[in-house]
Amino acid sequence: MSTERFDMGNIDMAWCPGCGNFGILKALKKALVEIDIKPEKLVIVSGIGQAAKIPHYLKTNIFNGLHGRALPPATAIKAVNPALTVIAESGDGDMYGEGGNHFIHAIRRNPDITNIIHNNMVYGLTKGQASPTSQSGFITPVQVNGTNSEPFNPIAVAISLDASFIARAFAGDYEQTKDIMKKAITHKGYSIVDILQLCVTFNKVNTYQWFKDHTYYLEDNYDPFDRTEAFKRAIEKDKFPLGIFYINPDKLCFNETLPVYSAGTTPLFRREMAIEKLVSLVNSKRAG
Amino acid sequence: MGNSILKKTEDISIVLCGEAGHGIQTVEQILTRLLKLSGFHIFATKEYMSRIRGGSNSTEIRVSSKRVSSLLNRIDILIPFDHAALKHVKKRISNETVILADREIIADKENNNDLNWIDVPFSRIASEIGGTIYTNILSAGIIAGLLRVGADALDHYIEQFFSPGDKNTIEKNRNAAKKGYEIAQELMNSGKIKIDVSRNADVTGEIIINGAEAVGIGAIAGGCNFISSYPMSPSTAVLTFLSRNARDFNLIAEQVEDEISAINMALGAWYAGGRAMVTTSGGGFALMEEAVGLAGMIESPMVIHLAQRPGPATGLPTRTEQGDLQLALYSGHGEFPRIIFAPGKLEDAVYLTHQAFNLADKYQIPVFILTDQYFMDSYYNMPSLNLSETRNTQYIEKTDQDYKRYRLSKNGISPRGIPGYGEGLVLADSDEHDEKGHITEDLDLRVEMVNKRLAKLIGITEEAIPPELVGREDYKSLIIGWGSTFHVICEAMENLGRTDVAFLHFKQVYPVHPGTLEYLRKAERIIMIEGNATCQFGSLVKITTGFDIKDKILKYNGIQFTVEEVTEQMKAILGQEE
Repeated sequence: MSTERFDMGNIDMAWCPGCGNFGILKALKKALVEIDIKPEKLVIVSGIGQAAKIPHYLKTNIFNGLHGRALPPATAIKAVNPALTVIAESGDGDMYGEGGNHFIHAIRRNPDITNIIHNNMVYGLTKGQASPTSQSGFITPVQVNGTNSEPFNPIAVAISLDASFIARAFAGDYEQTKDIMKKAITHKGYSIVDILQLCVTFNKVNTYQWFKDHTYYLEDNYDPFDRTEAFKRAIEKDKFPLGIFYINPDKLCFNETLPVYSAGTTPLFRREMAIEKLVSLVNSKRAG
Repeated sequence: MGNSILKKTEDISIVLCGEAGHGIQTVEQILTRLLKLSGFHIFATKEYMSRIRGGSNSTEIRVSSKRVSSLLNRIDILIPFDHAALKHVKKRISNETVILADREIIADKENNNDLNWIDVPFSRIASEIGGTIYTNILSAGIIAGLLRVGADALDHYIEQFFSPGDKNTIEKNRNAAKKGYEIAQELMNSGKIKIDVSRNADVTGEIIINGAEAVGIGAIAGGCNFISSYPMSPSTAVLTFLSRNARDFNLIAEQVEDEISAINMALGAWYAGGRAMVTTSGGGFALMEEAVGLAGMIESPMVIHLAQRPGPATGLPTRTEQGDLQLALYSGHGEFPRIIFAPGKLEDAVYLTHQAFNLADKYQIPVFILTDQYFMDSYYNMPSLNLSETRNTQYIEKTDQDYKRYRLSKNGISPRGIPGYGEGLVLADSDEHDEKGHITEDLDLRVEMVNKRLAKLIGITEEAIPPELVGREDYKSLIIGWGSTFHVICEAMENLGRTDVAFLHFKQVYPVHPGTLEYLRKAERIIMIEGNATCQFGSLVKITTGFDIKDKILKYNGIQFTVEEVTEQMKAILGQEE
């Protein structure tokens, strides 16, 4: 299947040659086509950073907002118009650093959106400082003696909060990444896909070979409904497991908790304000 | 002294003061409604400490034969619930103030004799009824009795107010109210208190609302269907009001993790076709500032209710101030247009909030409603609200395949599409962008985009609401005020009683109406009245008109101006002569 419907044609892209973002973009477009999502019914929301430029490189509706703030508008877009497919996509600094609080609370709120995080363990656009997921001891122009903070573990955090769908992919594996994306996008609820990727310019430690040596796929018989096992895998130190860690299919998603949708999913812009109800509300202030 | 005689007609000022937890708010809720139903004009406001229990909080209730809508310094009847209460309102107690209290418990040696006490054994009676917690309803009963609302009317209201609830509790509250009513009758029979405020049957059917409800009603009228906010005094009551009414009005009300999320969520809601607002106060708004700029850049409508409280930082969390005008005016980095409203009358808060949604949508800009704690917490009765004037315009356009979200236009407005409505794609980008909405570093296009955004200022200024002149056109001296001080200054003007002084009130503070200059030119003397220390609106008027206003009446201790304060300070500046 061609990804033509999302293709931008010959455009100037701000990513470095060999950047892991290209593989993620390609997998995303393919995933969207395979689950037959129409560009005009899709919104990609992003923050700031190199990964956050991804919505500009595929033909669809985009909300490229502030650094770290993709999740709040993404939640609201889905809440106001449930007919839209909403993907919030950005880098590790944007989602786990600047936007960390929203990440935690999006898990609690469980909007029916997909959150794709490009995780290259380094800040690219600001030229090579440590990111929240940089491995301890990672030397940068700022962390001159090596990062002294423990890396943020988004998978473990998400499992601890009983997130609805949690997966990790490796951008170097196109097919698997695409399949994980498809499952995440079609999952009802907040789905998190942390994608390990290279930064060919600023991360000389976590190279393609390093990722090959430090990852493995969860086994075919792995049970993604077992939260305790998922947490065990999430905190493994030597190698990063890849695949779908955990699914909780029973959680209500945000829109399902909203009274506006108790009698149907008509988008809010198609509804009229009930003036007669407002008149009676005002009149109720006569009685005390 | 000590004769304990109060004779009042026309306008009576009652103050109840006690700890948080004494139930003074309950008394305020009951009395404002009950007295209004009995045909009295009512005004009520409160000042309170930032704590859940203890401290000293007070509520003022004005009961009058004519419309009342502003804070007085004067207290005619004071009911202090504890000794600290007496100290708390000490500056407002005069020879004329009658204090209804357990004299033994409330008074101390210092002031035992020089005040006008009427000894009422509140705690003994309340204990007999079931405990000191009934003191508040006992007090409500006394005031209802002094104003002769009718024992049955009181009983009925109390029963209704506490229902549905524990039967025993309802019974005890009814007893407390009844007992209070009897005490009032005894006080009047003994001639110690004589109150004769005339009633008006028309008032009975009027509405009574506070500032928070006014903003909330205006928001619903404006088609608000999304509010995301973080609780912060004194702005929270708008979130509460809209949450309570969410089901009836197809409204999503979400308490979010922080103010940053609140406004970014609201921007997402507008982008997808909602009509969204946030409600916040100083520090919370400071967190929102970056996203105010986002609204500017992506040309998103946004409605921001900013209920001011004294800063900087945490400041005085539960108090009032007009200190955030310049914060709102200059919020967000970069240059982009905005509108700032500051209602003076409660009714205006309804109409301006409604208008805020339509203007935000029309011009695709942030619109502020600047209120404050005093405004949020003040109630008065009014005949009605004209909801037929609150029509909404639908500005969303269906997109076609060639749709460009930021199509360059002369007036700066590009048709606003939303995703999923039409064949086009809708792009919003916080970077400088091209007409389609993609990132650009074309510096000529950058200039065009800045010009496009700022071009909206022309239309916005043309539509600016003119200031309201109170008084004669041929004034010599002009008082200027904005926002919540409207009624206080109006009443002070009445007290001043001078035909050569007029009052110009601004309910839209930005852009400043172009006609302002003409008003200033006509005046020989101008006095600016503001609830802040640096005369912020005065600075804005100077920037806009070139007029440097030298006479200023400023207050920033966290309490609204009282009518008496404004009257005295105007006299001091203007002198006695006409």
